[in-house]
Amino acid sequence: MLKLNLHNYFLRHLQVMLYSLGQLWRTPAATTMTVLVIGIALALPAGLYVLLKNVEQVSSQWEEASQISLFLHHDTPDQRGKQLAEQLLTWPDINTVHYQSAKDSLAEFRQLSGLDSLLDTLPDNPLPPVIIIQPEAGQHENEALHSLLDRLQSMQEVELAKLDMEWLQRLRSINEAGERGISILAILLSLSVLLVIGNTIRLAILNRQTEIRVIKLVGGTNAFVRRPFLYTGFWYGLLGGAIAWLTLLLTLLFISGPVNRLAALYDSQFTLNWLGGQMFIALPLFGLVLGVLGAWLAVGRHLNEIEPT
Amino acid sequence: MIRFSEVYKRYPNQHEALSGLSFELDKGEMAFLTGHSGAGKSTLLKLIALIERSSHGQVWVNNQNLTRLTKWKVPYYRRKIGLVFQDHNLLHDRTVFDNVALPLIIAGENHREIGRRVRAALDKVGLLGKERSLPIALSGGEQQRVGIARAVVNRPPVLLADEPTGNLDPDLSQEIMHLFEQFNQVGVTVFIASHDLELINRMSHRQIKLNQGRLA
Ligand SMILES: Nc1ncnc2c1ncn2[C@@H]1O[C@H](COP(=O)(O)OP(=O)(O)OP(=O)(O)O)[C@@H](O)[C@H]1O
Ligand SMILES: [Mg+2]
Repeated sequence: MLKLNLHNYFLRHLQVMLYSLGQLWRTPAATTMTVLVIGIALALPAGLYVLLKNVEQVSSQWEEASQISLFLHHDTPDQRGKQLAEQLLTWPDINTVHYQSAKDSLAEFRQLSGLDSLLDTLPDNPLPPVIIIQPEAGQHENEALHSLLDRLQSMQEVELAKLDMEWLQRLRSINEAGERGISILAILLSLSVLLVIGNTIRLAILNRQTEIRVIKLVGGTNAFVRRPFLYTGFWYGLLGGAIAWLTLLLTLLFISGPVNRLAALYDSQFTLNWLGGQMFIALPLFGLVLGVLGAWLAVGRHLNEIEPT
Repeated sequence: MIRFSEVYKRYPNQHEALSGLSFELDKGEMAFLTGHSGAGKSTLLKLIALIERSSHGQVWVNNQNLTRLTKWKVPYYRRKIGLVFQDHNLLHDRTVFDNVALPLIIAGENHREIGRRVRAALDKVGLLGKERSLPIALSGGEQQRVGIARAVVNRPPVLLADEPTGNLDPDLSQEIMHLFEQFNQVGVTVFIASHDLELINRMSHRQIKLNQGRLA
């Protein structure tokens, strides 16, 4: 008996679900417009999110390329410097070292700055010898890197061990700001999706006032009246989410050519990852939840106003 | 079956449509509700169907005190009341079958039972061949019979009708009234508001006459 009732229950829901879809099918123009509005509103934050995730991925690749500059004391002789460099090369967490004497540093600076005459007036070379260290790949996690940095800093000949990562940290801050911006945008656009669906359902309710009155007259509960509208919201959200996914796919397909060429120019392994699988689940699901919620809010407000007279 | 005890109905505009009305209708009885236009006939039926609530006094239907019935229970109560209106209240974008099936769908009946009962109800009102028609394609009398089929399809113990013959010619009116008598003969309590004194007087049923919201 219970099994039969349950079976009936699902059958009825399925019927209402298909009935609602049929209703939408009967007004293709209006349905298409609503679904497109929802799709675009969902695609925008999703697209920005995908771009952000890609930037994060790139920057994590670059993080491996971070290097440490070891400024030695002024009076360290070249011989000692070279020795130190060779010694460092044996450390397991160091990949490559490059020793640059104070003279080399000055020559490089001369070339880069063009301040020849000024430098000539100086009594001694103001630049220290430097060892440039490339940490072993896999040592780029913050903690390991900082432990390496500490050990280097504590060496006698070292004046200053400096991690060249400031630009990376800047990029991270920008990313973080971008993430927050996208969150706010996503919230605002979700709200507008809610309003669009709510308003569409409201109009549908007003269009079917007579029907609602008759249903209530012959004993229809609020839940019964509500059900087809909830499924209408369900379909709007689901279809809107699917449209958003398609929009995302086409947009990223459109920009992936130039982006991948750009990456190749930088000799990067990077290819645009559009998170297709993740978005294929997330967008329709999110749309569906917004759709049902928007419909629920709209129906809740108007259902009690429509009573038989 | 239906009992009114000192019932007052005052509309929000302060108009008093019913004033201290008391009467009783037995189970299985058939009665006509008459009176001038504005006497309060529709108001009285709306109180029984819980479309309106009394301002004062008690209404009992089937041993249930309607004054105490909460809003959530109203739909379930209405499933036990068959309602017929002058303007049919049919859904014009659905077939005759779907219109009549509506109360059963709402009650969650299964598919086979719905088909069986809808056809039985349509058979009783003589419209078995019109299942697939839209209400628009039917005459006024036929539409009214669809409305009656919908009202009786879930076999309610009480059948209310507000001017069911208001738009029909005398022959059709006679036919519709005869239909109500048939339902009454199988035990349904029938209560019909009507202007058609000539027709009513030819039938030997109890008459409840209203005048300015009181028993005349
Ligand atoms: N919703 C309402 N708001 C205010 N007054 C109303 C309302 N409904 C009915 N009335 C008033 O209550 C009185 C009784 O109305 P009711 O509709 O019950 O009369 P009736 O006997 O059915 O008349 P008729 O034969 O014309 O249908 C009338 O004076 C009417 O104007
Ligand atoms: Mg009336």
